[in-house]
Amino acid sequence: MATGRDDFVIAFRSAFLKKKDKQKFSLLTLIFLSIFVIILSNFDFKIIKIIKLGINEVVYRSSFLVSIPENKITKTKIQIESHMEVYDNYKNLELELEILKQKKLSNNFLKLENDKLRKLINESIESNEILAKVLIDKESPFLKSIILNKGTKDKIKIGMAVVDEVYLVGKIIEVNYTNSRALLLSDLNSKIPVLLEPLGIQAVASGTGKEYGEIQYTKEEYKNKIKTNEIAVYTSGLGGLFKPGVPVGKISKENINRVNFFSDFRQLEYVKIFSYNIDSKY
Amino acid sequence: MSSLNKISLSSVFFSYFPIATLFISVFNEFDFNFLNIQYFSFNFIHILIFFWTLKNPNHLGYVSIFIAGIINDVIIGIPIGVSSFSYLLICSVTAYIRNITLSPNFINDWLSFLFTILLINSIQVIILDLVFLIEVNYMNFLINTGFTFIFYPLFFILFNYINTKIIIKLND
Repeated sequence: MATGRDDFVIAFRSAFLKKKDKQKFSLLTLIFLSIFVIILSNFDFKIIKIIKLGINEVVYRSSFLVSIPENKITKTKIQIESHMEVYDNYKNLELELEILKQKKLSNNFLKLENDKLRKLINESIESNEILAKVLIDKESPFLKSIILNKGTKDKIKIGMAVVDEVYLVGKIIEVNYTNSRALLLSDLNSKIPVLLEPLGIQAVASGTGKEYGEIQYTKEEYKNKIKTNEIAVYTSGLGGLFKPGVPVGKISKENINRVNFFSDFRQLEYVKIFSYNIDSKY
Repeated sequence: MSSLNKISLSSVFFSYFPIATLFISVFNEFDFNFLNIQYFSFNFIHILIFFWTLKNPNHLGYVSIFIAGIINDVIIGIPIGVSSFSYLLICSVTAYIRNITLSPNFINDWLSFLFTILLINSIQVIILDLVFLIEVNYMNFLINTGFTFIFYPLFFILFNYINTKIIIKLND
C-alpha cells in the first residue's frame, strides 16, 4: 500500500517539478503562472491594460501575416466556385435587377417623404462612417468575432456598429491602438434590439453560435401574423446603440424564430464602422 | 566525418515540425472545416500537444506551449491565460502517463486522451461561463471533444511517422 503511494508521489513529483535539460521552467511553475495571468486579466489596472493592448497589437498583426497563404487558398476556392456558377448567377441577377429598379423608384419617393417629415419635427440623423479591412476572421467554434484594422487612432470606440455594405454584422467590443475586435451577430453573446417589419413589433435578435440568429423577448402574437407575411428584421435603435432602420436579416416562414442574416459573415473583407447622432429639438 | 556534422534540410524540418505546427495552428486558428460542415470542428492543437508531450517532449517545450496558449487566447478573444492553463494541463497528464507507463499502448493513450480533453474542456467551460460570464454553447464543446477524440488515431499515425524520422535522424 505504502509502495503504491510512494510510486504515485514519485511520478507526480517527476511530472510536475522535474526540469529537462533544455527546459527553464518546471510544469508546475508555468501552471501557476497561467493561473496568475488569468487572475490578472480580470483586473482593470492601467499597466495590465497597456500590456494587453501591446500583446493584442503584436498578435493580431502576426496572425494576419501568418494567415496570408490560407486566405489566398480560401479566396481561390471561392473564385473557382463563382466562375462555375457564373451563367446561373447572371440569369438570376438579371431578374433581381429588374425588380430592384422598380423598387428603387418607390424607395426614392419614400426617402424624400421621410426627409421632409424629419425636417418638420426638426430631427436629423448624422452618421460617420470609417472603412476598415478585416484582418482576422478566424471564427472559433465558441466565439464569433473579427479583427479590424482600425483602432483608437482612427477614433473607434466600443459599441460602434459594424456594417457590410448596408447590412449590420456586429458591434465593436474591444479597441486597441491600431486595431479592434467586433463581435458578430451570430455569436451567442450578441443581443440587439430589433424591429420586425411590416408588423412593427419590437424584439431582440440573439446570436446562436451558428450562421443564423434567433428572435427573443417578443409578443407571442407575432407567430400567427408571420405565417402570412414576409418579415424583414431592422435595428430598432432602442438603447441608442445602433442607428434605427439598419437591415439585419429576414425571417423565413418555415422557421419563424430563425433570423437569416443578410450578410455572409464568412466572406467579410471590408466593412464600415459607424457611429450616429440624432439631433432633435423636441 | 563531414557527414556527421552535416545538417540536412529534412532533419531541420522534422525537428522543428511540432513547434512550427503549433504556432502556425494558433495563429491561423485551424479548424480544418474548409467545407463549412455544420457542427464539425475539432481541436488540432490538443491532439498536437498531447502526442508530442507524450512521445517526444524534447521537441515541444512547456514555455512554447504556454506562449502558444496566450496567442490563442488573444486571437479567439477569450481572457488571457485560459488556453495556456488548458494546454499545460494536457502536459501534466502526459508527463504523469509517461512516468507511470513502462510499455506504451495506443489504446491506453487514446483513452487517456479522451479523459484529458473532457477534463480540460470542462475546466474551460467552467472558467468561461461561471467566472467570466461568457455564454458558451455546451453542445459545441461536446461535439468538438467528440471529433477531436475520433481524429486522434489519424494524427497519431502521421505524427508517429514524423517522430520516427526525428529519432532516426538523431541516431544517424
